[in-house]
Amino acid sequence: MLQDYVLIGLLFVVASALPISAIVFGSILGPRKPNRIKNDTYECGMETMGPTWVQFKVQYYIFALVFVIFDIEMVLLFPIAAAFDVLPIYAVVEAAIFILILAAALAYAWKKDALEWF
Amino acid sequence: MTYVVFGLFGILTLGGGILVVTSRNLVRAAASLVLSFFGIAGLYVLLEAGFMAAAQILIYIGAIAILIIFAVMLTQRVAAGNRVAMNSQWPWALLVSALTFALLVYIINIVWPLGIRAENVPVLAADPTRGLGMALVDWGQYVLPFEVASILLLGAMVGSIFIAREQHDD
Amino acid sequence: MDSFEIANLFYSIGQVWTEWLTNLGLSPEWLSFTNKAMGAVLLTALPVMIVCVTIMGERKIIGRFQDRLGPNRVGPCGVLQTIPDIFKLLTKEIITPTKVDKVMYNLAPMLSVVSVILIWAVIPLASNVVGVDLEIGALYFVAVSSFGTLAVLMAGWSSNNKYALISAFRGVAQLVSYEVPLVLTLLIPVLLAGTMRLNGIVEAQAQGWYVLLAPISMLIFFISSTAEVGRSPFDLLEADSEIVAGFNIEYSGMRFAMFFLGEFIHAFTFCGVIATLFFGGWRGPFVDQAPALGFLYFLIKMFAIYFVHIWIRITMPRLRIDHMLNLSWKFLIPLSLVNLVVMSLAAKLVQTPAMDATLWQLLPRWGILLGTNMVMIAGTFMILGTVSRRERHKQEAARVLEPVASGIQG
Repeated sequence: MLQDYVLIGLLFVVASALPISAIVFGSILGPRKPNRIKNDTYECGMETMGPTWVQFKVQYYIFALVFVIFDIEMVLLFPIAAAFDVLPIYAVVEAAIFILILAAALAYAWKKDALEWF
Repeated sequence: MTYVVFGLFGILTLGGGILVVTSRNLVRAAASLVLSFFGIAGLYVLLEAGFMAAAQILIYIGAIAILIIFAVMLTQRVAAGNRVAMNSQWPWALLVSALTFALLVYIINIVWPLGIRAENVPVLAADPTRGLGMALVDWGQYVLPFEVASILLLGAMVGSIFIAREQHDD
Repeated sequence: MDSFEIANLFYSIGQVWTEWLTNLGLSPEWLSFTNKAMGAVLLTALPVMIVCVTIMGERKIIGRFQDRLGPNRVGPCGVLQTIPDIFKLLTKEIITPTKVDKVMYNLAPMLSVVSVILIWAVIPLASNVVGVDLEIGALYFVAVSSFGTLAVLMAGWSSNNKYALISAFRGVAQLVSYEVPLVLTLLIPVLLAGTMRLNGIVEAQAQGWYVLLAPISMLIFFISSTAEVGRSPFDLLEADSEIVAGFNIEYSGMRFAMFFLGEFIHAFTFCGVIATLFFGGWRGPFVDQAPALGFLYFLIKMFAIYFVHIWIRITMPRLRIDHMLNLSWKFLIPLSLVNLVVMSLAAKLVQTPAMDATLWQLLPRWGILLGTNMVMIAGTFMILGTVSRRERHKQEAARVLEPVASGIQG
């Protein structure tokens, strides 16, 4: 069981070695002539104005919030789906009720215009 | 070998946690939190709780960390500037967290001395995730907490939308 | 050792390799570790090799679609074009802008490659060739791809560039929005097969590919995966006319190439996952006699789905951000919730047949599941028709009252 994850750990190491070595190799082969203008923030060719980290729409936050709720729901549904072939019918109905309660949450968000983009 | 990996993930978890509280930039603190979450996921893997590890990564790194970063970005001044990480109350905070830790150690070791020792750990079923799935919808076991969880999530959604909308209407 | 069979090529190679290492005097623990390390190297090399082929193929195919030749200078018909491209990228200067957040700026391209390569650990390439057949395979796939979201956000924030940040925010909004229908429909193959192991899902498709049993799920999964990899019509992350080049605008040289690599691997990896979940993975004729054929079938299916991907990419115009979010939250998610409830009830009504069931025993299950899907498709179209008719009437009424059109800014 734990043996299964050894390969994943090794794959993580090897897979991160790939971009690291590529970037190191690239920085050895490539020229390096930095100057002030080249190292400036690019944006679209104009000089940058004002601070970058400005305030963002609350919409982004609401979408992320609704996503968190759904994410938790889906994770709870996975073990039930994995055991689906041995479940009796009432267990499936229970899972359906669980989904429908969250569908109600989605309906509420929709009704309150939380899913609109302004 | 397992101990080395355990130590690595432990360092990742604790180091991430320390970076969160000492970092002066809030977005960087949130990124350190991700490191800490990742370490915890690794610890779950070592406990042979693959489902918990995946859930930890999916929910905490994939959703909650992003939510935190969004929340930081929404508050303009916090996102841009470097903030003071400590204020004058840090000794008290340290004391409280140390006491909480001591309490947890006391409870786990003396009040309810269950599970933690190797000989008490039940033998894992062949497919523990399936067992969890069956237990979640079984009348005799966890069906009530399972359904209540969905009500809780509904409540969380309604509440958060209400608060966020109120801010938007101003 | 069994005799070396070309029909069971990968297994035989593994046997020879293991025997060779044993003769070198490796203990069983080290042998297992070495095999796993070798597996990790191969699993990293495989997507990188495939990506060289797909980049070339994609450029050729898009060229043909647009009535031009595509690359045709290097090698026969230009098939070696990717090699000089790699050298070009390697010899480019890597610029690090002064105002970036160094740690996160360097970590982001790495993470975007790692997150997609990790998916290959659980994809069954043939009946006996799979990195690890994890018990939580399907969930692992979702969990690992959520690292990609983080990479986008880290790149956008650390670049200290307004366009990069806007793109990253949009990108994350898109990725999280489409992750919900993606995961909700991922549950369908899991519950039909009764396991989260991806190889188990492929084996269960001996009784019919899931694209026939659950076509709606396949379509939702395909649309959401297109959005997850940020391909057209969902390429808002790099909408050139609005946000210059996307969240990776401040990256150059090999660092940029890593995002590029990650995106390409991501695209066909999702095609491979679709092939595994809905098109029977390594299944095909004679695969029981010759397991090595399975790898070929898997590749053919993956590239076929990837071709559809490219086809859509060059056909569809880009969606506006509010349309993009509406498509997910107001269409795909409600549909996939209904799909999940209806499909789970329908699949429970017909008994799961035994592994050795004959065709006649399988027919009721096929009929009921496919019929349910047809009814759902018809219902969806009816609802869509009604809604769009009402919307059109509303817009016509508004046009009469107020001649000045007002657009929504994204």
